[in-house]
Amino acid sequence: MTLMTMIMKMSEGLGRTFAIFALTLIFSIPLGMIVAWLRMSKNRIISNVTRFVISILRGTPLMLQLLAVTYGPYYLFEISVSRNKLIPVVIAFAINYAAYFAEIYRGGIESMPVGQYEAANVLGYSKMQTFFHIILPQVVKRIMPSITNEVVTLVKDTSMAFTVSYQEMFTIGKQIANSQTSFMPFLVAGVFYFIFNGVVDLVMGKIEKSMSYYS
Amino acid sequence: MNILKMENVRKVFDGTLDVLKGISLSVDAGEVVAIIGPSGSGKSTLLRCATLLTDMTEGELAYKGESIVTTVDGKAVYADKAALKKARGCFGLVFQNFNLFPHYSVLKNLIDAPINVLGIPKEEAIETAKVLLEKMGLADKIDAYPCQLSGGQQQRVAIARALAMKPDILFFDEPTSALDPELTGEILKVIRQLAEENMTMVIVTHEMIFARDVADRIVFMDGGVIVEEGPAQEVINNPKEERTQRFLNKYQQ
Ligand SMILES: Nc1ncnc2c1ncn2[C@@H]1O[C@H](COP(=O)(O)OP(=O)(O)O)[C@@H](O)[C@H]1O
Ligand SMILES: [Mg+2]
Repeated sequence: MTLMTMIMKMSEGLGRTFAIFALTLIFSIPLGMIVAWLRMSKNRIISNVTRFVISILRGTPLMLQLLAVTYGPYYLFEISVSRNKLIPVVIAFAINYAAYFAEIYRGGIESMPVGQYEAANVLGYSKMQTFFHIILPQVVKRIMPSITNEVVTLVKDTSMAFTVSYQEMFTIGKQIANSQTSFMPFLVAGVFYFIFNGVVDLVMGKIEKSMSYYS
Repeated sequence: MNILKMENVRKVFDGTLDVLKGISLSVDAGEVVAIIGPSGSGKSTLLRCATLLTDMTEGELAYKGESIVTTVDGKAVYADKAALKKARGCFGLVFQNFNLFPHYSVLKNLIDAPINVLGIPKEEAIETAKVLLEKMGLADKIDAYPCQLSGGQQQRVAIARALAMKPDILFFDEPTSALDPELTGEILKVIRQLAEENMTMVIVTHEMIFARDVADRIVFMDGGVIVEEGPAQEVINNPKEERTQRFLNKYQQ
């Protein structure tokens, strides 16, 4: 197989790689907000249960979580494994990343000086207005570098979908590597991820810059 | 007209720390009251109780005759949400460390609450903001962000932000304490000007000469009680209580 065919074949999986990436972000960013909110709940039971779930999600391999979400329903309830593996893959990724985002949001919210809340309170802002007008915009700026880190990691983590044989770019590359006994597909995959993350860096850099008008 | 009335206010932190031990303070329209006293005497806690940032343990609070806190069986009972919201419209507070909103420009700091809390039309809010900034000598800083301003300028913006809400009474908690000495003058000048315009104010300060010259009345607090209270000149020049004398002596050196 020529290098060109290899690249062509692997590119066919890029759409799926990107689908995992984009859908994971779309679901995990807001889901993380809800998880952070539960984690910071004044109700001890809610916050402790949430903390426990977060610690499981962060303390066990994403690969295991992928296997659990994809094949768990079959072993537990004999529900047949869905033919479109994108669904369980995105569910596993979104839940896992939501746990990480939740902790980032929480860190950001808790780092806000209490004076911001007090100033808003005295000016008569409601709790909702205080959060959405005053706190959230500042938190977003504070946590942007950590979010960028997670997004860069996510690009590389998409390769883990190979454990459930979802035909994204890396899974295809691994199959070619096996059949051709060649290391080349891994190099190609490395280059693909590197370029992908170059774009991510560019976009995230733009976003961070758009918020640098104050400090 | 009576603007603020606090009656027998007590504040106990964590069930044991008695910080305010029954304070009564009444302020009429146009009055300027300075609160002085050593650090830890409960001055900030008193302002925080008055501005609803801290719940009092016991006592009474009313703005313009409308009761906000009453005491039933030795426990403070707060009025309903609507009444609290209305009361918040009566006062403003200027913090020691400004607490401007760093992500908003100077203009946005001044118009956001009037528009979103009071429902004032945007054009009108901008007009008011411009007049206030002019008065504060900050007309050229309207588009600046707080981080681009000196401490003195930030505090003047904070005062303008409070005034933009058209409060009946303005509280200051050590408005110059976070500033370099050479910047305190510009803030004191602004407060002096407000006093001349008959703004009702309660000012916690360590600037004794300023307090004597600007305030109508001085309240000396120590250990959670009002030790002495009276016309400004009298309290500063001829304090009756020994504790007041000792406190003032430290400042005259
Ligand atoms: N949130 C709090 N929890 C516990 N103690 C507090 C709290 N706020 C203030 N205090 C205590 O109350 C006392 C009075 O504080 P404060 O009102 O800030 O005094 P001042 O403003 O006169 O310096 C201090 O001993 C302080 O430690
Ligand atoms: Mg204080």
